[in-house]
Amino acid sequence: MPVRIQTEDFDVSAEIVRVREGNPKVGAVASFVGIVRDLNDGDAVASLTLEHYPGMTEKAVEKIVTEAHERWDIYDALVIHRVGTLKPLDQIVLVVVSSAHRAESFKACEFLMDYLKTRAPFWKKEQTPDGVRWVDARAIDDEAAERWT
Amino acid sequence: MKPNEPQTAVVKILYFARLREVLGKAEEDLVIPDGVGTIGDLAAFLRTRGDDWATELGVGKAVRVAVNQDMADADTPVSGGEEIAFFPPVTGG
Repeated sequence: MPVRIQTEDFDVSAEIVRVREGNPKVGAVASFVGIVRDLNDGDAVASLTLEHYPGMTEKAVEKIVTEAHERWDIYDALVIHRVGTLKPLDQIVLVVVSSAHRAESFKACEFLMDYLKTRAPFWKKEQTPDGVRWVDARAIDDEAAERWT
Repeated sequence: MKPNEPQTAVVKILYFARLREVLGKAEEDLVIPDGVGTIGDLAAFLRTRGDDWATELGVGKAVRVAVNQDMADADTPVSGGEEIAFFPPVTGG
């Protein structure tokens, strides 16, 4: 299963092992882990709730993974994205990519994250001392995704 | 929409995140009103509900739309049976 949307936490080491397991052609594995910070836009964040669009989210992320496979010579790509309520220090997202050489894995991993941030239907809501607020989309994320077009 | 087609086509509309909270609605089934043939027409119809509907779905507002779980735009046709979703720009990752 290359795409998982789940409330549960994930084990980074175990997932990396799974991605490269039994494939002697793999010479490189790149991974990215996104973590909840305790500060956003200058305000303390007590917790974060992630909403998604069940069905479309899986479809959109699978499409992004397929595109990574079309763009780079990679063996496998895994995306795990958590939903529900998370706290600072919690892991939110994991991307793991395997390839023969490092360049493809690095690039595909970064591409997957940039597209996840701008094309997959997830929304973050923060609980701060001033109350609850929806996180605004950031122009810098759109610019990061634009690089790949 | 063809002129002689009976107006009984229904679409399911979903609202997510901030939009769902402000509009006070997560989903609805809507009989496609006369003259609605595209997403743009549908948004215009929803704006006639006034108040938050007019503001939130107003021209120039950052609202995204999906039809049958694929990103769509104002020109995407609507003929009945579709699952349509309106939501704010995404903020995952």
